[in-house]
Amino acid sequence: MPQRMDQYKSMAGHFVQYRPLIRELVTRDLKVKYRRSFLGYVWSILNPLLMMTVQTIIFSYMFRTDIPNYPLYLICGNTLFTFFNESANMGMVSILSSSSLIKKVYIPKYIFPLSRVTSSFVTMGFSLAAVLLVMVFTRSPFYWTICLFWVPLVFLFLFCCGMVLALSALTVYFRDMQYLFGIVTLAWMYATPIFYPIEQLPGFAQNLMKFNPMYHFINLFRNLVMYGNIPGPNTWIACAVSSGAMLCLGLWVFRKLQRNFILYI
Amino acid sequence: MEGNMPPVVVDVDHVSMRFNLAQEKTESLKEYLLKMVRGQLMFNEFYALKDVSFKVRKGESVALIGRNGSGKSTMLKVVAGVMYPSQGACTVNGSIAPMIELGAGFDMDLTARENIYLNGAVLGHDRAYMDEHFKNIVDFAELWDFIDVPVKNFSSGMVTRLGFAIATEVTADLLVVDEVLAVGDFMFQHKCLMRLNEMLEKGTTLLFVSHSSEQVRMLCKRAVWLDHGVIRGDGPADEVCTMYEQAMRNGEA
Repeated sequence: MPQRMDQYKSMAGHFVQYRPLIRELVTRDLKVKYRRSFLGYVWSILNPLLMMTVQTIIFSYMFRTDIPNYPLYLICGNTLFTFFNESANMGMVSILSSSSLIKKVYIPKYIFPLSRVTSSFVTMGFSLAAVLLVMVFTRSPFYWTICLFWVPLVFLFLFCCGMVLALSALTVYFRDMQYLFGIVTLAWMYATPIFYPIEQLPGFAQNLMKFNPMYHFINLFRNLVMYGNIPGPNTWIACAVSSGAMLCLGLWVFRKLQRNFILYI
Repeated sequence: MEGNMPPVVVDVDHVSMRFNLAQEKTESLKEYLLKMVRGQLMFNEFYALKDVSFKVRKGESVALIGRNGSGKSTMLKVVAGVMYPSQGACTVNGSIAPMIELGAGFDMDLTARENIYLNGAVLGHDRAYMDEHFKNIVDFAELWDFIDVPVKNFSSGMVTRLGFAIATEVTADLLVVDEVLAVGDFMFQHKCLMRLNEMLEKGTTLLFVSHSSEQVRMLCKRAVWLDHGVIRGDGPADEVCTMYEQAMRNGEA
């Protein structure tokens, strides 16, 4: 047991020493991502806006929804889920794609998944400008609760860190995790009320939804940003517990598997 | 006796390194499950290092020599902390500057300038430290004309130069060098050897892998000869190199 404590302690010590590396890796990701595009970072704002426009047109003609301010409802859910999806996709292969480094230099390996999640998080930061634009254009009222918008994002960030740690470690051993998880995210997206209201679901599905962490994160975000109300303790507990549990699970899986990465990459 | 000797920097203590040579690499969940069902998950064991022990003290320059596949690089990777030994332990007291493959940490899409900071961070240095050493690095690599060119447009010699310049600009207690001097033109090789000699004089400890007995004799005072994962000779560089060359000439391995 004490040995394990030491391991976690040295993990934390490394974290301080290698913080500059996380910073460099995140800047690299961002630079490389938009290096060759004419509009650069504007894409991070433009892309969610265009997505929202297309979806608003489709969903308001095809399915009649009576959600007030549907564009804002959509873009709130989309922004959070896009971060979830992107960090999972980019983070999963982070160990494999850094194999040339891992084989040659000692670096704490969790740096790679964490930096990928962080760079997706920064990209989401840009996309929040799109949310703000939509709020202005749809004349959505600004409540004071909007100041708390970062709380669900932090919960989501921790959740994604845990998930991506576990996924990136598993992907080293099983390369087809990428394709498998692609299906999982697709199913997960439809199982999360992003473009439909939860009330539209039958009763049992609404109960099941309580086990979907993404629902809680998005719900908390919408409540704070769109509706100006602070949800009851249940939502907060659900967010905190799911992100904490996922982070612990991720760290545990990663720590178990990382020793033999070198033999498989 | 112990008290007068300089402190031990590298302590390789009965290290064995075992690999599972899967006949076919199982890389996907689907394959893994299929093979498990058929009971085909079998491995061939292979020892790259067998019970290797040696100590390197501060200020020593030690070469690892041996044929291809004798375990030299595996040994270096264990010392660098990249691989964990299957048995035994390897402890390093102090910081390591690894030069196992120069330019390993470069991102080809980034420019030389950006890569210097990235590679510095890989070695554990922050931006301020790299700012300080930036000029020296580019001077040594002779790359001022190409500083804002993406590294993918560099020749392999240029990449090596940049990598070497970054790795040696850093002051570390232990320098681990794996055959990196094989690339680069004659002039640059000479410059690198000078740089390594300079660092040795300042008290850096060196662990060096090379095929070239000439380089080993020039740089190192002591040599360890590995043969099929076992130590076959350990002593003054000149003697061990001669032994090794003789064995090679006699056509045995």
